Amino acid sequence: MADNSKEIINEGLWRNNTALVQLLGLCPLLAVSGTVINALGLGIATTLVLAGSNVTVSLVRNLVRPELRIPTFVLIIACFVTAVELLMKAFVYYLYLILGIFIPLIVTNCVIIARAESFASKNNVGRSLLDGLSMGVGFTLVLVALGAMREVIGHGTLFAQAELMFGEGAQWLTITFIDGYHGFLLAILPPGAFIGLGLLIALKNVIDRRANERAVTARQKSPAEPPAEPAAQP
Amino acid sequence: MTLQTPPSPHIHSGMRISGMMLRVIAALIPAIICYTWFFGWGLIINSVIAILTAVASEALMLKLRKRPLKPFLGDGSAVLSGMLLAFCIPPLAPWWITVLGVAFALIIGKHLYGGLGYNPFNPAMVGYVMLLISFPLEMTSWMPPLILEQLEIGFIDTLGMIFFSHFPYGLSIDALSSATPLDAMKTDLGLSNTVSEIIESNALFGDFAGTGWEWVGNWLLLGGMYLIYKRVISWQIPLALISTLFVISAFFFLMDPDTYPSPLFHIFGGATILAAFFIATDPVSASTTPKGRIVYGIGIGIIIYVIRAWGSYPDAVAFAVLLMNMAAPTIDYYTQPRVYGHVRGKD
Repeated sequence: MADNSKEIINEGLWRNNTALVQLLGLCPLLAVSGTVINALGLGIATTLVLAGSNVTVSLVRNLVRPELRIPTFVLIIACFVTAVELLMKAFVYYLYLILGIFIPLIVTNCVIIARAESFASKNNVGRSLLDGLSMGVGFTLVLVALGAMREVIGHGTLFAQAELMFGEGAQWLTITFIDGYHGFLLAILPPGAFIGLGLLIALKNVIDRRANERAVTARQKSPAEPPAEPAAQP
Repeated sequence: MTLQTPPSPHIHSGMRISGMMLRVIAALIPAIICYTWFFGWGLIINSVIAILTAVASEALMLKLRKRPLKPFLGDGSAVLSGMLLAFCIPPLAPWWITVLGVAFALIIGKHLYGGLGYNPFNPAMVGYVMLLISFPLEMTSWMPPLILEQLEIGFIDTLGMIFFSHFPYGLSIDALSSATPLDAMKTDLGLSNTVSEIIESNALFGDFAGTGWEWVGNWLLLGGMYLIYKRVISWQIPLALISTLFVISAFFFLMDPDTYPSPLFHIFGGATILAAFFIATDPVSASTTPKGRIVYGIGIGIIIYVIRAWGSYPDAVAFAVLLMNMAAPTIDYYTQPRVYGHVRGKD
């Protein structure tokens, strides 16, 4: 089990990351990643829905007839989205106003229905919860990274409007890099989101390839007792 | 979609990339001199900044991509992209505008797509549109022709303005800059003036398409003719583009000369000539079949007119070229020339 849960976490955070590998849920990803706080807000909301729906789907997986599973999943997801929406309305009202339509749209986020269908409906509650959380956190991390990139380049700030999320006491979180920064509009506009996501995917591929190359070299070296010949480098 | 290679025999024209690029650069030089005469040293300084940035970005990307430096740096394509972009930037734009635009053009517009020969979009226009969208203020602070301002702005003054935003005579960029003829026309038409009123009230408009601008256009036209004569570019794209723009603008001009400026204004104003001969004819991103080039040129002409007349931007060359770049592979696919010996209509 221990080994298995590590595997699930790795899948969600890196190897099968929803945003960087599966490229699911791109609409909210590209639309609200203008600032870190917006990104974090939507990321946490999505993670909550994902965890909740995964657990519930896993609980009812043996009760639902296969023909009816999709409508059932959608209803479950919609319940959680409504709950999260009401929670945000109650506690982070201004953030709720900024995110607007993208909160109800979490229902249509393909990541959630995909995890319900491909994982939660086949696994027990504990594993489904872990999968939901790690997929959600993986999505949130990419959202926040993209948000940070766009905010730093576009506005020259980081954690602007932190008070919307953490209350008035959090204003000190906002970092301004350059005073009187003109702003770089492209980063804030939709093309900036696409270019940024492309660069993040490229970065992940480079890291994976480097790791792969290192693993191959290590494997080539290990059988020989003394490191007689250094492995041929391309 | 498969892109077919036309059947053999293939004849090499004997022209190398570096020869082509050098000729295009040579064809630009008279226009650059004319531009400097009318608008001061800004363009030359911007061109130098652009060329240095272009070569540096190209070298950096070649190194990152582990490609040999010498053949790619020596072909002059990066230098040309930089020069074309510098030609589109306002002469007094701060230095970082040029650096950012050229670096973006070459790194994202060209090398991320695979380098010379693989870029679907014209790199110079990618850089220009990025700048125009991101920095509207800096990118619309154009200069009036110097003869209209009675100002002596020397080389050192221009350097100071570009690098340190230090303006002579206690001027500011707002005092020094003015709208381009196309821009002024658009704004004044929006205030419901008639075309003839606008042209008479403002010395900016010159004889037919703007003081200074019309002459830059003439020299670009001459450079373009030289390129066609040397067969560096084909005649189809410039001819199709300019005649389309002429036909459409003449149609609207004849219908209502008070709301629609004359065809000459459209052809020699703004960047039409530059686009027709130097930008739309980029051999990588343009259409490559003879018929396709005509369709491609017509498309650019239509989009330029539509955006100029009814859009929110005063000029539209960059948008038109990028949009038609996107369409170029499809146009090529549907306009494959008939293979020698094959019957028309059969494969």
